Amino acid sequence: MTSAPAPLVAARPRRDLLLPISILAVALVYVRALAFTPIEARQGAAQKIMYVHATSAFIALYVAFVLLAISSLLYLWLKDEKLDRVAESAAEVGLVFTTVVLITGPLWGKTIWGAWWTWDARLTATLFLWFLIVAYQLMRGAVEERGRRARYSAVIGILAAPLVPFIHLSVYLFRTLHPMPILLKPSAPSMPREMVTTFVLSFLAFTLLFIALMRERYRLATLRDRVEGHEGEHA
Amino acid sequence: MTDLESAKAPGTLAASWIVARKDLAIEFRTRTAFLSALVFALLGVTIFFFAWDATAVAAADLAPGVLWVIFTFAGLLGLQRSFGLELADRAIDGLLGAPIAREAIYLGKALANLVFVSGILAVTIPAVVLFYNLPLGPGIGALAGIAALAAIGLVAVGTLFSAMAVNTRMAELLLPMLSLPFFVPIVMAAAQSSARLMAGRPIAEAWPWLRILVAYDIVFVTACTLAFPYTLDE
Repeated sequence: MTSAPAPLVAARPRRDLLLPISILAVALVYVRALAFTPIEARQGAAQKIMYVHATSAFIALYVAFVLLAISSLLYLWLKDEKLDRVAESAAEVGLVFTTVVLITGPLWGKTIWGAWWTWDARLTATLFLWFLIVAYQLMRGAVEERGRRARYSAVIGILAAPLVPFIHLSVYLFRTLHPMPILLKPSAPSMPREMVTTFVLSFLAFTLLFIALMRERYRLATLRDRVEGHEGEHA
Repeated sequence: MTDLESAKAPGTLAASWIVARKDLAIEFRTRTAFLSALVFALLGVTIFFFAWDATAVAAADLAPGVLWVIFTFAGLLGLQRSFGLELADRAIDGLLGAPIAREAIYLGKALANLVFVSGILAVTIPAVVLFYNLPLGPGIGALAGIAALAAIGLVAVGTLFSAMAVNTRMAELLLPMLSLPFFVPIVMAAAQSSARLMAGRPIAEAWPWLRILVAYDIVFVTACTLAFPYTLDE
């Protein structure tokens, strides 16, 4: 960085309403899911976990980690610190959503399958992705120099993308139990209308939450980098 | 023309061979890492035997899992050393200053690591066959093929992560944490295919798993070779 860092006082963020709004949206969707959506005939109330589980899984795997891979790739190409901060934020927020998936999944599985855990393709791939992102976070903390940290992180962020299909495929050959997609399949969704509406609303609320958390996390990374810049200046 | 002017920079493959030979020469003269990894692997194979109830699990069912788990951990010991030995006196600067492609450093290091883990496998596989009394006749050739494919995949990813992990504050912990998720498909495919062979089944039954191994090797050797230059300081 050649330009002088901006004064720290000006860095105080304005009050951000997006995060409280998104939390409220998630809460409202849950009121709808619990009180105003029919109970599934065979699974009973346990099916309501789907509105958290499936949405979080979709956001973690197809939004957060795709964003991580893309921003990592772009970082190695463009060497823009902003992209590294996007990757850092996507990994951490994605980790939160994956953790939600891994907690709600066994709760649902115990009720429906009769087992907390099963070594099914999706479960295994998600679990190892979770481990890898934890290692990614620890690695970020273990590299002092900023440029090097960004490059190392980008390399892992990119390599994680081809790893997931390999784990998925290997375990798929092994055995599988997880249901096939219910909503995003070529034919019509096999769910009643009210459930689809709740699911879509839930998806929108969680997407909003994802965007809000990403923004907060990105802002934090920017502030931290600026503070580090100041410390470097006065050292 | 002086000697210096007439000296030509070697091509990528020739350069990687020079790097590999350097690493192997260092290892051959000390032999500490190889012998410790080997002893570790053999100890692992024997200790696993006592964690097993012979009346409940058949030896042929247990052996493939033992073999590939031990192989992974012993391999990590070798990989740790790969870039660890460039740390002393910043020896890596010598490599970076050499007129060779960055990719050649990676390929050379990977080649040396491949020789290292192949050496470990060459002793560990017979040891597993011996200790677990496996009736392995003609299947041994196919098992060697599986071992080669698994070793290439392990070394491709492990060499890259070794280059990164040595420059972090907790190298010994980070290398396994980063590598093991990547070793999952290798261990699973190698264990499943060798389990078929150890049970005396035809090689055709192991074919889907072998295809995964081959695809993994192609994808990750390419990806890691391309990614490696970014792990070096400019």
